[in-house]
Amino acid sequence: MLAILDYKAGNQTSVKRALDHLGIDNRITADPETIEGSLGIIFPGVGAAGQAMSELLTSGLADVLKAQIWKEKPLLGICVGCQILLDYSPENDTRTLGVVPGECAIFNPGWTDEDGVPIRVPHMGWNQIEIVHETPLLAGLDPAASFYFVHSYFPVPADEYVIATTTYGRPFCSVHGREGLWATQFHPEKSGRPGLKILKNFADYCREASRAQ
Amino acid sequence: MLSKRIIPCLDVRDGRLTKGVKFAGNVDIGDPVESARMYYEQGADEIVFYDITASHEDRKIFLDVVERVASQIFIPFSVGGGIATVADMRAVLLAGAEKVSVNSAAVKNPDIVSLGAAQFGSQSIVVGMDVKKVPVSEAVPSGYEIVIHGGRKAMGLDALEWALTVESLGAGEICLNSIDADGTKDGYELTLTRLISEKVHIPVIASGGAGNPQHMVEAVTEGKASAALIASIVHYGQYTVPQIKDYMAGKGVPVRGVW
Repeated sequence: MLAILDYKAGNQTSVKRALDHLGIDNRITADPETIEGSLGIIFPGVGAAGQAMSELLTSGLADVLKAQIWKEKPLLGICVGCQILLDYSPENDTRTLGVVPGECAIFNPGWTDEDGVPIRVPHMGWNQIEIVHETPLLAGLDPAASFYFVHSYFPVPADEYVIATTTYGRPFCSVHGREGLWATQFHPEKSGRPGLKILKNFADYCREASRAQ
Repeated sequence: MLSKRIIPCLDVRDGRLTKGVKFAGNVDIGDPVESARMYYEQGADEIVFYDITASHEDRKIFLDVVERVASQIFIPFSVGGGIATVADMRAVLLAGAEKVSVNSAAVKNPDIVSLGAAQFGSQSIVVGMDVKKVPVSEAVPSGYEIVIHGGRKAMGLDALEWALTVESLGAGEICLNSIDADGTKDGYELTLTRLISEKVHIPVIASGGAGNPQHMVEAVTEGKASAALIASIVHYGQYTVPQIKDYMAGKGVPVRGVW
């Protein structure tokens, strides 16, 4: 069973619908024991980093998450969930979880796209990724596949944690982490088949990881 | 590179499509859920549903449609028609829509835009604008006026001014429909589309007038729109979404080619 972290700043139901469609056992939960007993955790997020982080702190889920990551429970952060894994976000001047070294930055509307046109912020719509480090999470994807993004801030992790980049005005990190602790800035649950493939890859990895233990 | 989006629009009344959709084999499909799934399979980048149900009681049927769509397609979709309050917005977002679209209600009560953006985030709030070309006047300096009730009622409100207003209120996107071009199949109103797209910083979806794939190319190049809304051109089987995308890609427009 995969645990979809339940807190007030997540898009849990869309993630749940996608996992249900894939036939992957899952539960939306905030219960520490259920999370402990899961094969892996999906950590969604929408809205502002400040609000999401304060929800995690007041609910006590911040510590639950950190403890699980410490025990090497596989985790997939999505969107704001991806940003919160880093140390800091300038959005609402927020100190975040700090499990991946790095910070967030904001798109500059002064940047221009390939045609010299100023970029629109938020970055909203379909864009491609370029894989920098091969990882089981992104295995088997068509290199031309696109993913659905909606965000104004983007992650800037330490170089060795950059897994894939996307270009919008300039290249930014769109997938970061290390084996078993991954985060995507885009929404795999809204990215058609390539997105579903990523969720399936994560579920497969979680199953393998639990078998290996 | 960010793709230009192709967005089929489906009109729903009492839980059925107002006009059936013909897919391969010319099978007429009246079920909005099945049609949405077909467009999802064809590589549509997003789908828009307009609920034109008259009575309040039938709203439940529509929400059920939204829920069924959300469990079968895994791309963003938005819902418009009859959204007048934050509670209406919450209902469709909870049912699984990614975005809600407000049109007349925003003209009558602009606060709905800022309230919705504060509650659900700007990315969830689309403002639909129906626009008519009129002589330039003091009230309408751009020569484009906002109309409501399907174009029957002029509001004395300048389209450009309204676009900038809704952007400042927190709208995440504008769906810009030209009443003059709508139904003509002569192409989008490019002057209007470009005027608005150049002045706002949020994405603009061009709507009204699509007759062939070249019109979509024009909407996103000359018109500088981020996306193009399409309806009868695909509903009646004249073109498929992949045909349109192939054509656009051939003209150098970035489109999502793999799904």
